[in-house]
Amino acid sequence: MENALFEYLLRLGDDSLILGHRLSEWCGHGPILEEDIALTNLSLDLIGQATAIFEYAGKVEGKGRSEDDLAFLRFDKDYRNLLLVERPNGDFGVTIMRQFLFDAYRKPLFERLVNSSDEMIAAIAAKSLKETKYHLKHSSEWVIRLGDGTEESHNRMQDALNDLWKYAAELFYEDEVDATLKASGVLPDMDSLKSEWEQTVTAVLEEATLKIPENNWKQEGGRKGLHTEHLGYILAELQYMQRAYPNMEW
Amino acid sequence: MVISTEEIWGYLEEVFDPEVPVLTVVDLGVVRKVELDGDACKVTITPTYSGCPAMKRIEDDIVEKLKEKGIENVTVDLVLAPAWTTDWLSENGKRKLKEYGIAPPENEPDKSVLFAEPIVVPCPKCDSKDTRLVSQFGSTACKAHYQCNDCLEPFDYFKCLR
Repeated sequence: MENALFEYLLRLGDDSLILGHRLSEWCGHGPILEEDIALTNLSLDLIGQATAIFEYAGKVEGKGRSEDDLAFLRFDKDYRNLLLVERPNGDFGVTIMRQFLFDAYRKPLFERLVNSSDEMIAAIAAKSLKETKYHLKHSSEWVIRLGDGTEESHNRMQDALNDLWKYAAELFYEDEVDATLKASGVLPDMDSLKSEWEQTVTAVLEEATLKIPENNWKQEGGRKGLHTEHLGYILAELQYMQRAYPNMEW
Repeated sequence: MVISTEEIWGYLEEVFDPEVPVLTVVDLGVVRKVELDGDACKVTITPTYSGCPAMKRIEDDIVEKLKEKGIENVTVDLVLAPAWTTDWLSENGKRKLKEYGIAPPENEPDKSVLFAEPIVVPCPKCDSKDTRLVSQFGSTACKAHYQCNDCLEPFDYFKCLR
């Protein structure tokens, strides 16, 4: 049981950490100042969530690992994030599409985790939900503006969607970890999670005049620690200081 | 020296938010509890946003202020539940925000409502209701960026978080 909880917290925390890191790469590179600030604000929220989740994960594991140990001192196969969140930023359209597919899942997820029998997960979810609502509003509005924008912006958004769609199925990946936690009420009823996500995605993409790809090929692996090459590059940058100067602080 | 929790709350009125320095940590609603056990004082605070970089500074400032008042044995506890909301901003705090040039939170519909009517945020300088949202995300996590169409003043809006 403790193991399943630890594993689940890594999944939750790694999604936040890796996407937060990806978004931080936009710092100083945003297409306009307001979006530079917006993307780094999202990043800050996500990294803040990761901090709270890892702090708790360290306690659950009981081996004395801190939130920093978990963020900076694991190997690639020990990360449990979705492949979707480690996808490269691409252009602004790709970043926004990735964010939208993720936010549309995160909001209903947190809405359910608020009812977790685990008090700490419920508290983190209640806190994060408020922030995620802003994230989803931001990414939805941009998907619509760019999708239903110029021919150039429309095509780029459609390309982004075509490219990212195969990673979306992993949002609903479930295995024995979920089964164990469902049995104990840590994970409340998740049945309608996917249909709620589909509803949001369909409504927004329709408004954005974008078409859901017909190709149903699915690419999974992150939840089991099997990542694309991109995670290695992320970790090289993320972990550099702690690997080069172990235990450094400032 | 015998101190009361009321006195401690009073001292905390002298600790300011590092990013919005007109607000005290009490105005902001981040101080949730003050407890005394003999000469040990425990202050419970809650973060505004998960990634708010000011929390560590607020913790340090609280310890420092209470030391300055002669209370040596201080611990600051950070709790996540119940989650902070802008509803906890004091009326005094809202007034101070406006005077400082930051529009205080308006009563907003739920963020999850897509395509909702935009809310009206009056300009903190000229009170005009003809303003526009520039960006949902501003200079800090808790603010959005607006501009007044009448006096043209760009201003921060302390956004509603529920």
